[in-house]
Amino acid sequence: MSAFVRIEQVSRQFSPSITIGDRIAARLGSKIEKRSVRAVDNVNLDIVLGQAMGLVGESGCGKSTLGRMVAGILPPSDGRVTIDGQAVMSAQRTPMKTTRRVQMVFQDPFASLDPRMKVRDIIAEGPIAHGLTTSAESDTYVRRWLALVGLDPDLGSRYPHQFSGGQRQRVAIARALAMQPDMLVCDEPVASLDVSIQAQIINLLLKLRRELDLTLLFISHDLSVVHHLCERVAVMYLGRIVEEGPTAQVYAAPAHPYTRALLDSVPKLVIADDVTVTFKPIQGELPSPMNPPPGCHFHGRCPHAVERCRVEVPPLRQIDASRRSACHFAEAVLAETSSAAAI
Amino acid sequence: MSHALLEVQDLATHFATRAGLVKAVDGVSFKVNRGEVLGLVGESGSGKTITGFSLIGLLEPPGRIVAGSVRFDGRELVGLAPKSLRELRGRAISMVFQDPMATLNPVLTVGAQMLLALRAHETIGTAQARERAAAALGKVGIPDPVTRLDAYPHQFSGGMRQRVAIAIALLHRPALIIADEPTTALDVSIQAQILVEMKSLVAESGTAMIWISHDLATVSSLSDRIAVMYAGRIVESGKTAAVLRSPRHPYTRGLLDSLPARAVPGEELAQIPGTTPSLLRLPPGCAFASRCAHAQPDCLTAPPPVTEFDGRTYRCFHPLQPELVS
Repeated sequence: MSAFVRIEQVSRQFSPSITIGDRIAARLGSKIEKRSVRAVDNVNLDIVLGQAMGLVGESGCGKSTLGRMVAGILPPSDGRVTIDGQAVMSAQRTPMKTTRRVQMVFQDPFASLDPRMKVRDIIAEGPIAHGLTTSAESDTYVRRWLALVGLDPDLGSRYPHQFSGGQRQRVAIARALAMQPDMLVCDEPVASLDVSIQAQIINLLLKLRRELDLTLLFISHDLSVVHHLCERVAVMYLGRIVEEGPTAQVYAAPAHPYTRALLDSVPKLVIADDVTVTFKPIQGELPSPMNPPPGCHFHGRCPHAVERCRVEVPPLRQIDASRRSACHFAEAVLAETSSAAAI
Repeated sequence: MSHALLEVQDLATHFATRAGLVKAVDGVSFKVNRGEVLGLVGESGSGKTITGFSLIGLLEPPGRIVAGSVRFDGRELVGLAPKSLRELRGRAISMVFQDPMATLNPVLTVGAQMLLALRAHETIGTAQARERAAAALGKVGIPDPVTRLDAYPHQFSGGMRQRVAIAIALLHRPALIIADEPTTALDVSIQAQILVEMKSLVAESGTAMIWISHDLATVSSLSDRIAVMYAGRIVESGKTAAVLRSPRHPYTRGLLDSLPARAVPGEELAQIPGTTPSLLRLPPGCAFASRCAHAQPDCLTAPPPVTEFDGRTYRCFHPLQPELVS
C-alpha cells in the first residue's frame, strides 16, 4: 500500500529569540550563545490511507511538535510533510489549501475552544470560510456534525463553558470533522478526561473511524489507549523515532530497548493477592533535549549499550517486512523479547 | 485488636457557595492501620482530595467540616486548635501534593526549605540539620545529595522535584503520609521510579499512607486496601485485589471495564453512560443510579446504606454477584 501521509526527513529546531540583554552583551564583545533545541530530528514516517498511527513517547520527545507539523500549524525547519502528494506547507511557509484536508484535536478542550463564541459558530467558522457550507445553511450543517459526535443538535446555541469536559472534547472533534478532513491529528485528546469519560471518547473515535474512513495520527503518552485505537505505532525518544511497526507486534515483542523499558514501566492492574510488582522503572533520567547525548540518545540508560552506541547514531532501519528499529542490536533485542513473550 | 492509626467516622465536608451547598464529602468512614497503604480512588469531583485536606485541617473557607470525626492515634482532630494541628502537620502526618513546582518555594534552596521544615518541629543545629537533609535526599534517590542541597527547585527535573517533596514529607518520620496524585504529573518511566521508591520507603519506616489517585493500575500495585469514591461518598472498599477481582458496586465494575488495557484492541469499550452528577444537585437516592444499568426504583428514593461483609463494604441496594475466579 502506498503512503497517504509522507513525513520525509522532517526536523524542527527551536531557538530562543535574541533578547536586549544578549544584544548588549554582544556589543560589549561577548559571544551570543546559540542554544537551540532539536525538538524533532530527521523523522521519516509514512501513514497509509485509512490507517491509525499512534505516536508515543514521554514529555519533551517531540511528538506534539511532529503532530503540529503534520497538521500544517508549524513549518518544519527541514524536510517536508505531504498529504496525498501535496505539501502541507509550501516553501514560503504558508499553509497550503491542503491543510483543510488535515484537522487537529487538542488535549485541552477548555483552551482549544473560543469561550466567547457559541458552539454553533465555532463549528461553522471553518466550513463557511472554505465554502463547504454557506451562512444560510450552516445551521443544518452544524446540527449534522453535532449529532454525529453524540451531542444534542439543539445545544449549538450554547457556549463552551456550559459543557462538561467530555462534551467539550466532542465539540472539538465535531469542529475538526466539519471541515471534512481526510486526516485527523489528535494530540492527547483523552489525557485530561476522567476514566469513564475517556472510554466514551475512545468509543466515539472508533465509531468515527469506521464511518468516515479517517486516517489518524494519534499522539499519546498512554500506551494502553494507543494499543486500543491504533494499528501501527511509532515510539519517539528525544526527537527521533526509535521504533515503528504494527502495534500488536511492537507491544508483544519490542525491538528497541527504550520501547521495552517504556512498556515495562507501566503499572498494570493487579487482581491477584500474591502479585505485587508489575512494573520495572527505567534507570536514570531523561537527558536534556538542549544537550542530548551523542550517538544513540538512549545509551546512558540502556542495558545493552556498548562503545559503538556512544559514538554512532543508529539509523531507523527495516528489521523485517513491517517493522523498523533504530538500535544497533535490534535483532538481538527482538530475539530476547520474542522468547520472553513466548513464555 | 489494637485500634487503627486513623479512624474516620461519618466525615462530611460541605462548601456553602453562592450557587448553593456543595456536599464535597458526605458521610465518609474508613480506617488506616499502622504501616498500611490505603488507595483512595475516584474521578475528578468525587471528593478524594477534599477528604485528604479535611483530615489535616487544610480546608479553606467556605469549606467546613460539618459532621463526623477524625481520630488519629486515639486523638480527635476535628475541632482541634490550629496551633495543635500545626504541631501534627509535617511531623506526625505529612502530605505530598500533585505538583511539586507549586509546593516547593522557588526562591529558597532545597536545603533552606528542608532546614525550615526540620526547625518547625525540633531544635537542631545547622550542621546537623544539613546532614539530616542530605541523608533524606539520598534516601529518595537523589544523586550527590550534599551538593544538591544548595540547588533551587527549578534546577531539578520534575521527577527529582517530586523526590525532594517526598524527602521533606519523610523528614520527621511521620506515622501517616497523605499523597495526593503525586505521580500524575510525571512521565511513566519517572512514575515507576517514584512508585518503587515510595513503596520501599513506607515499608522500611512502617509509615502508613493514603494514596489518592484516579489511576486504578497504580493504586492496585501499591495499596493494601482500596476505597472507591463517587460523588462525595465511599461506594466500595476492601482489600485491593479482592475488590478489583470481584467488585460488588456497579460503579467500580464500570471503572474497571472502561480501561482500554483490559479490552480487546479495536473493540468498543464498556463505557459508563452520562456524566457525574453536580454536587450542587445530588439526587435523593444513590448518586450513581442515573448511570447504572442495575438501578431499580428503590435506588432513586434513599441513599443505600453501608453493607459490611468479610472485611469489605459497599453502598448498593442491588450489588453485583461475587465473581468466580477461574
